[in-house]
Amino acid sequence: MMEMAQMAKVLVVTSGKGGVGKTTSTAALGAALAQSGQNVVVVDFDVGLRNLDLVMGAERRVVFDLVNVIQGDAKLAQALIRDKRVDSLSLLPASQTRDKDALTPEGVARVVAELREKFDWVICDSPAGIERGATLAMRHADLAVVVTNPEVSSVRDSDRIIGLLDSKTELAERGERMEKFLLLTRYDAARAARGEMLRTEDVLEILSIPLLGIIPESQEVLRASNIGSPVTLSSPDSPPGRAYFDAARRLRGEALPVAVPEEKRGIVHRLFGRRVA
Amino acid sequence: MKLPSFFSRRGSAPIARERLQIVLAHERALNGTSGDLVRILQEEILAVVARHVKIDRDMVQIKLDRGDSISTLEIDIQMPGEIAPAL
Repeated sequence: MMEMAQMAKVLVVTSGKGGVGKTTSTAALGAALAQSGQNVVVVDFDVGLRNLDLVMGAERRVVFDLVNVIQGDAKLAQALIRDKRVDSLSLLPASQTRDKDALTPEGVARVVAELREKFDWVICDSPAGIERGATLAMRHADLAVVVTNPEVSSVRDSDRIIGLLDSKTELAERGERMEKFLLLTRYDAARAARGEMLRTEDVLEILSIPLLGIIPESQEVLRASNIGSPVTLSSPDSPPGRAYFDAARRLRGEALPVAVPEEKRGIVHRLFGRRVA
Repeated sequence: MKLPSFFSRRGSAPIARERLQIVLAHERALNGTSGDLVRILQEEILAVVARHVKIDRDMVQIKLDRGDSISTLEIDIQMPGEIAPAL
């Protein structure tokens, strides 16, 4: 048991800005890690606006939630929902109705400590913003994935979140450095090549944290959430599916180079290619 | 003369990049460790001024610019209307 506890990693998926792909990325990275044999729990910290259950396709199986566990109304084992497709993947849903003050710092600390003993990876899906829910989601993290769109407001908010990761977390308060990785989502290589969208190197230079992966803009991502399945399960061979698998391997410490998607094909190719993709 | 929209639309990304670099340089100075310094200075300067002149807290701007050899502290206190001595 002790050995397990030391091995567990608590990862926060955060961004500051809403709608950039935190929940999608939590589901995809969590599933990818579980598909590679790791024991994974994804935890929804967005109390009041839970959505990880829906994206994971488990919305009809929620009985108890994080707040129930924190308030002692349910045991952790009762609230955990095991994925039907990958049995080493579990979900701890957020509460939908209660107010945000239901998350107490002590309660979160206790639940995260308990999850550390049961899983290899505890992936905390942060709510948007920099309020209580977001700071509690990052509080006990060992490492962070900062989800960013190549767009000014998202980059600015990511910079703010990086500042919080370096000051408001347990690790930072102990004087240790938190490992932070950039996950660039909704990347459109063609638009970046035309100078219409910030390029990967622009975002990397501005935020100066290492790159975990580039998730290309793709209809497969929307399709995955439509059907309630992480994209690594619904379309493992699609460009976003492969990008999330690679990102998960990098999280496990593999030194896998990140390929920046390039748009080389001509317009005719693209028109015909779209049908197939 | 305005460039045709075809040309001006190309390459808005470099503008985004430059604007981000400027705004983040400013915000990092405010949110980092120097942020505390600015806050402390703001509170103390405000307290001193308020002892003598009636001021609106919202009309006070304090800015710290960090340079390599020299840093500047800019204090901008707006006092609308006549200066009313605080009692």
